[in-house]
Amino acid sequence: MSTAWLTDLARIYPPARLLTQPAQLAPYESDALTAYKTRPAAVVIPETQDEVIAAVRICYQHDVPFVARGSGTSLSGASLPIQDGLLIALNRLNRIVRLDPEERIAVVEAGAINLNVTKAASPYGMYFAPDPSSQLVCTIGGNIAFNSGGAHCLKYGMTSNHVLGIKAVLADGEVVTLGGDSLEGAGPDLVGLFVGSEGLFGIALEITLRLLPKPERYRTILAAYDSLTKAGDAVAAVVASGLLPGALEIMDRLAIEAAEAAVNANYPPNAAALLIVELDGEAQQVEEEFRRLKPIIEASGAYEIRVARDDADRMRIWKGRKSAFSAVGRLSPDYLVNDGVVPRSRLGEALTEIERLSAAYGMRVANVFHAGDGNLHPLILYNGREAGAYQKAEQLAGEILRLCVAYGGSITGEHGIGVEKRDYLPVMFGENDIETMHRLRRACDPKEIANRGKMFPGGGAPALHQAGPHPLEVAGVISRE
Amino acid sequence: MEIIDPMSATPLAPGSIPDVQAAVRDHTHIHPCGAGTKTALAAAPNGATPLSLTGLSGMIEYQPGEFTFTALAGTPLTEIAAILARNGQYLPCDPLLAEAGATLGGTVAAGANGPGRYRYGGLRDFILGVRYVDAAGWLVYAGGKVVKNAAGFDLPKLMVGSLGQFGVLVELTCKVFPLPEAYATLRLDLPSMEAGVAAIIKLTAQPLDLDSLDLAPSAAGATLWVRLAGLADALPGRSERLRGVLGGGETVSGAEEAALWRAVRELTWVPAGWSLVKVPLTPKKILGLEQHLMAQDIRRYSVAGQVAWIATADRARLDAILTQTGLNGLVLIGPPAQVRLGVQPGASFERRVKQALDPHGRFPTR
Repeated sequence: MSTAWLTDLARIYPPARLLTQPAQLAPYESDALTAYKTRPAAVVIPETQDEVIAAVRICYQHDVPFVARGSGTSLSGASLPIQDGLLIALNRLNRIVRLDPEERIAVVEAGAINLNVTKAASPYGMYFAPDPSSQLVCTIGGNIAFNSGGAHCLKYGMTSNHVLGIKAVLADGEVVTLGGDSLEGAGPDLVGLFVGSEGLFGIALEITLRLLPKPERYRTILAAYDSLTKAGDAVAAVVASGLLPGALEIMDRLAIEAAEAAVNANYPPNAAALLIVELDGEAQQVEEEFRRLKPIIEASGAYEIRVARDDADRMRIWKGRKSAFSAVGRLSPDYLVNDGVVPRSRLGEALTEIERLSAAYGMRVANVFHAGDGNLHPLILYNGREAGAYQKAEQLAGEILRLCVAYGGSITGEHGIGVEKRDYLPVMFGENDIETMHRLRRACDPKEIANRGKMFPGGGAPALHQAGPHPLEVAGVISRE
Repeated sequence: MEIIDPMSATPLAPGSIPDVQAAVRDHTHIHPCGAGTKTALAAAPNGATPLSLTGLSGMIEYQPGEFTFTALAGTPLTEIAAILARNGQYLPCDPLLAEAGATLGGTVAAGANGPGRYRYGGLRDFILGVRYVDAAGWLVYAGGKVVKNAAGFDLPKLMVGSLGQFGVLVELTCKVFPLPEAYATLRLDLPSMEAGVAAIIKLTAQPLDLDSLDLAPSAAGATLWVRLAGLADALPGRSERLRGVLGGGETVSGAEEAALWRAVRELTWVPAGWSLVKVPLTPKKILGLEQHLMAQDIRRYSVAGQVAWIATADRARLDAILTQTGLNGLVLIGPPAQVRLGVQPGASFERRVKQALDPHGRFPTR
């Protein structure tokens, strides 16, 4: 391997921020899809946007593939490094450049942590709406690249719906500015195309985010059911009523067990399914919505219904839900998180079919999902130390993804394709569709060096490796959603 | 450049998707359009063959429980709105010129959101999937039919405001929301535009779920319109509260209220022969722009000061003003000359996209 590019990088980066020793590189080998592991040739830790731009230009000049990484919380292997390539770690590029409560925008660098945007906006009574479960550590750059979701997409949309402008360096080194400060645009929605492009166009450096006033009132209901079907029917009834809740979430028995074991959520005992319905908005409107929601839930066959009394109570209800994924780690040494989406009317069928597959494969599957969006998160439990177990789990995950597409849904609701689901892209899209995406990619990255091996099927074999849960997950800092 | 008016020339009007594909393959320069309500965008330049999508019309898939629909690009918005309304649903982006005959595809290609997009978002926030005919005549699909989807590049969003540059939209899938039960509007006269901008900033910082918020200069200073939407039982209390925040205001309701916003959406206030220009901005940029505009330019600052609608008889002057103030604009109505004014953000990125999707310039370059 030529090292001319490393020499070039060393002219810009001091040794402490240009890592090449195996021990230094080890922490960057995986993201939250821990089954995959690749050691990059080097890691750089830029502190300024200019340093990122310089690194990209050096990579382009020397044909070196690069991967941008935030906090490495991707569940689809989005920030898995490339062997012999460069990893650009953006955590120190984390300034909140400008926060303007009157214009309701925050301009932040790519490495800024999701929750820190809300923290910075909080004194003004505002917040950043997208709330992936890893929001304590995940970065805005990663949220942008994979169009992250969260528990409140039903009403508020995904990350993309909250991004107004992006300054980015394309893979060939050109710096572009897309969008602006306004909610509206005149001309093609270039920001919309960039968000969710999985790092294949280049690296977002600075992002203009839209802030919202914090909802004045929340009404959060927890309902327990003796069957998953009843919980699913309740969701359909709520949706059909014309109410628009901020969140509609379901957990099944195995997921509830896990949440209880992990955070002692104090959920109603013996539930086969739990439903969380949350209304939010202007106080008078929410109270009226709540008055209409109550009889719907009361008639839904729940054997226990709790209504959050205050904010602390509400947080307790959410704590169990938000920690459910990492909690499953208590039930099994390893698990895969699926992210398929089905039309809401097919939820019941999909769950029945997943149950059948679980039995057929002899593998336990826990279900936690954004019921309002039809976004399923079956957690496939396996033991990576058993020979062939991972492959079997992956095969089961693949069957679930095919099922979602057959029902008219999607292979990913909010985690992106990454490395994990790239072989399934052709299940959802035809040859022309994928070729169009290739052309767009090459228009920004003619050498295909930016996040090579992601999203498109068949690009560069990543190394499979059994690693167990992410260290941050073990520490309870992040969770998978 | 000479102009062919698509309203007088006979455009191609394919009745099926394969016919659209054939039309694209058979013509070197194709200019897709819908019902032609956005006159400045609909007219084909000399040498380009107009391709009308109005023959490709109809709802294809709609299950109310899914809160999504799929329709052909030439479907009139009124037809879609009527079907949705029967099921208590609507397209919250509040599209312009629906009653004038605008189609779904034309609305997406023009990015023509109305004042009500303030509450829940514009077309970009409600479009889920597209099927379009590309420059080689192939049918391309992107996005999906479910409300949440992160698979593949988000071409549906790229198509919002794409102005026909990248392909011929033939089918679109959108998300919809429950139709508000009732509306109420407060109208407030203010002594100046400064006071109007201050009112916008004050209102939008509060946890008030406003449907629309528009401001326009008036002889006495400025007028502010604040629209509330939601459950009927909660509206009187919410209106009262809003009046308290504003320190006054006259309530407009019923048919008068609906007519007020219909006039905004249908652009009936634009004088014949004038150009109507959409200018994205933010509340704090309003006063700076106001300094440059002439008294005879008709202005309406919509979507809580996030967009200026400017009707002008002097497009070249407006172009110069936008360039000077670092803003950009899109001409929707008026003579079909240059339609993009001022400073275009992301122009070089847009050129890359155009080169990738339409390398031989079969579709218009805007």
